[in-house]
Amino acid sequence: MAHETHEQVDAVTGVTTTGHTWDDIQELNNPLPRWWLWTFYLTIFWSVLYAIAYPAIPMVSTYTKGVLGWQSREAVEVDLAALKEQRSGMTAKLAASSLDEIKQDPEMFAFARAQGKASFGDNCAPCHGAGGAGAKGYPNLNDDDWLWGGSLAQIEHTIRYGARSTSDQGHSGTMPAFGRDGMLKREEISHVADYVRSLSGLPTDKTADLNAGAKVYADNCAACHGDKGQGMQELGAPNLSDKIWLFGADKATIMEGLHNGRGGVMPTWHGRLDDTTIKALTLYVHSLGGDQRP
Amino acid sequence: MPSYPSVINILVIATDSMADALLPHPLGAVASDVDAPLYAPRKQIYPQAVKGRYRTIKWVVLAITLGIYYFLPFIRWDRGPNAPDQAILVDLANGRFYFFFIEIWPQEVYYITGLLVLAALTLFLMNAVAGRVWCGYLCPQTVWTDLFYAVERWIEGDRRERMRKDQQKLTLKTASQKGLKHFIWLMIAWWTGGAWVLYFADAPTLVYELATLQASVVAYVWIGILTFTTYTLAGFMREQVCTYMCPWPRIQAALTDEYALNVTYRYDRGEPRGSVKKNEVLKLQGLPAGDCIDCNQCVNVCPTGVDIRKGLQLDCIQCGLCMDACDNVMVKIGRPQGLIAYDTDMNVQARMEGRPEVRRIVRPRTLFYAGLIAVVGAIMITSLAMRQNIYLSVMHDRNPLFVRLSDGAIRNGFTVRVANKHLDERRYALTVRGLTDAKVDVVGGEVDQQGRAIVTVGPDQTLEARVLVTDTASVASSSTDLEFILTDLSNGDKAATSDHFKAP
Repeated sequence: MAHETHEQVDAVTGVTTTGHTWDDIQELNNPLPRWWLWTFYLTIFWSVLYAIAYPAIPMVSTYTKGVLGWQSREAVEVDLAALKEQRSGMTAKLAASSLDEIKQDPEMFAFARAQGKASFGDNCAPCHGAGGAGAKGYPNLNDDDWLWGGSLAQIEHTIRYGARSTSDQGHSGTMPAFGRDGMLKREEISHVADYVRSLSGLPTDKTADLNAGAKVYADNCAACHGDKGQGMQELGAPNLSDKIWLFGADKATIMEGLHNGRGGVMPTWHGRLDDTTIKALTLYVHSLGGDQRP
Repeated sequence: MPSYPSVINILVIATDSMADALLPHPLGAVASDVDAPLYAPRKQIYPQAVKGRYRTIKWVVLAITLGIYYFLPFIRWDRGPNAPDQAILVDLANGRFYFFFIEIWPQEVYYITGLLVLAALTLFLMNAVAGRVWCGYLCPQTVWTDLFYAVERWIEGDRRERMRKDQQKLTLKTASQKGLKHFIWLMIAWWTGGAWVLYFADAPTLVYELATLQASVVAYVWIGILTFTTYTLAGFMREQVCTYMCPWPRIQAALTDEYALNVTYRYDRGEPRGSVKKNEVLKLQGLPAGDCIDCNQCVNVCPTGVDIRKGLQLDCIQCGLCMDACDNVMVKIGRPQGLIAYDTDMNVQARMEGRPEVRRIVRPRTLFYAGLIAVVGAIMITSLAMRQNIYLSVMHDRNPLFVRLSDGAIRNGFTVRVANKHLDERRYALTVRGLTDAKVDVVGGEVDQQGRAIVTVGPDQTLEARVLVTDTASVASSSTDLEFILTDLSNGDKAATSDHFKAP
C-alpha cells in the first residue's frame, strides 16, 4: 500500500522536518552523512569479530575463550619474560662481579639497589618493615648496629644462611634462659639488669646494687657480651653499651630477656632466592645503613 | 490493506521509529510521519580550476608548509658530542626533544603546553581578524586536499571533464587515468608518513634504512597509518572532515563576532541578480538591478560545494577561491571587482541602510588575544632563558623517618636525584644547610679534601643516589628545616631544594 508523502519544511530555517511534533515543537531533519551510518555498522561488525576472537561472553562457570586463545595471564607472562630478557645483560654482569666490584660501578650499583629494593619488599618487609625500620625483636637495618656484622660479606652470609635457621652454615648462639632454667636467682637477675643499663649510661634505681650486678655479669654474661658489654658479632651477642636496644631498654624487658632467654630467627634464603637476587639484596640492605658510621 | 495479528501490530508500533529511520515501510498500514531520509549520501564535488590572487596565495602557502614538513628533519644542528645533530628531533627512547638550540626533558613538558596555548590563542586572533584563515589556507586537511585536487585535475581534467567521465561508462582510458591518480595519491600519502617518522630518528640514517628495508617495524607501521589517513582524508573524505569531523567550525562560530572579516557575498551590490544585458536595461530605467549575473562560478570553484551567496555557513572554509572566480567574471564583463570579498554582514546591512561602514581590526577582542599571546610568549621565553642546567630533587625516607645510631646520633635517609643537562660529565658537591653540625654521606659516592660529598653525573643524564644525613651535634628538634645545596665544581652553579630533618 502506497503511503502519502507530505514533506514539511520549517519556515524559519528552511529545513525539512521529520514530522514529529511534541507540544507544538517540530523536529528538524538535518540528515547525517551516509558514511557515518556505515561507520556505525562497521563498529558493530568489529565488535562481533572481537567477541569471536577474544574472551568476551561470561557463562555460568566459565567464559568464551575466543578463537585467538589470548589470555591476560599469558600476556603478563610474556611481558615478564621480555623484562627478564631486557635485564639479562645486567643480571649476567651482576652474577659475574663481586659485591665490591658492583658497589664501585655506579650503573651496576643502581641496578642492584633497584632489584634489591623490589626483592626486599617481596621477602624481607614482613619482618623488617617496608623501609627496613624493623620492630621489637626484628633489627632495624638502617642503623649502624649489626648483630652479625654490617660489612657486605657479613650481610650476604646472614641473608644466605640466616641465624638460628635450618641451615648448617647459619649463625648460631642464643641467649640462655637464666631464670627459667634456674641458673640465676630473681634478685641476681635484677642486679645484673641494673648493671647492664649502667653500661650504656642509662639511669639505675637508687637501691640498685651495681657491684653485685657486675659480679653476676662477669660470671655469666661477659663470655659472650664482652667484659665491657661491647658484644661479639661471631655469636650474635648484642653490644650492651650502645644506644640501640633490639627489644627495649627498660629494666622489665631486660629482666624478661634474662629470665626467658632470647633468640630471634632469620631464615635461610639459600636455594630460595638465586645468587643474583641475594647479591642485589645485600647491596640494597648495605646501602640502607651498612657499616657506615658518621 | 492486509490484516495482521494484533501481536505483530504492537511490535510494529513499538519499533516504528527504528524502522522509519533505517528501512522503507514494509508495513504501510502503520501511520508514518517520516518521509525524508535521515541519512544523506555524500554529494560528489568537482571543484573547477581558478586563477587569481587568493589562489596564488594558497599555492605559496602550500609550497611553504609542505616544504617545511618534508624537509625540516634534514636540517642539521651541531650540538657537539653526546647529542644528536638533527635540528628538530623527538628522541622517544631517551626522552629528549631537540629544537635547534633548545633541549627539552620530559619533566619540562609544560613548554609543549605553552606552545599549544600559544597556538590556540593565535588561532583565536586569526579568527577575530579574518574568520577561518586557518581553515582556508593553513590547515593540513586543506593543504593536502588542495594538493590531491591538483593531482586529480592534472590527470583527469577540469570540472566538466571529470563530471562527464564519472557519468560515462568506465573505459580503459578513464580507468587507467583513475589508476594513475590513485597511485600518485598513494605516493604522496606514503611520503607524508615517511616524513613523519623522520622527526623521531636521525633522518638521513632512517631514509637509508627505509630504502634498504632495514628500519624498525614501528617506522613502517607509522608510515602505513599515515599513508592510510592521508589517502583517505585528502582523497575521499575531503570536505566531510571539515563539515562533520572537525570541532573547530563549531568553536569558531561561538568565538567570532560581528567585526571579524569573512568571505562575504556583498548582497547589497549583487541583488537582484540578472543577466548582464537585462540588468543593464533595468539600471537605465532606474529600476533595482544587481551586479551578480548568476553565472554560478563561485559555486563551481568551491571545494566544499557551498553557495557563498547564501551567506556565512558552517561548511564554508573561507579559502577565498570564490572571490577569485567572481573577480575574474567581473573583469570580463567590465564591472568592478570585489562582489565577493573579505567583508562583514554588519557592513552589508549598513550599506543597504545607507549607514557608514565600520571596520575595526583593532578592538578589545583582538587586543586581548594579542596581549595574551605576548604575555604567554614572554613567560615562556623568560623561563627558557632562566632555566638551569642542573636540577636537584630530594625525597625523604618515609619509613623510618629517622634512625638512632649506636652512639646516640640521629640519621635521616634521603633519595636524591641530580640531573645534569650539560652535554659533558660534571662533578657536584652536595652539602646541607640548617643543622649546626651535619655530616652528608652519599652511599657509594666519594668525598673531596674538604670532606664534602661528591656526585658525578654523566652527560645529559640523571643520577639517583641514597644520601644519609647525620646530625652529629644531636641537637635537632623533631623537625628541622634542611636545605640541600648542589654545587657544580666546574663553574660554581648552584641548585637548591628544601626538605626536613626528622628526630624523635
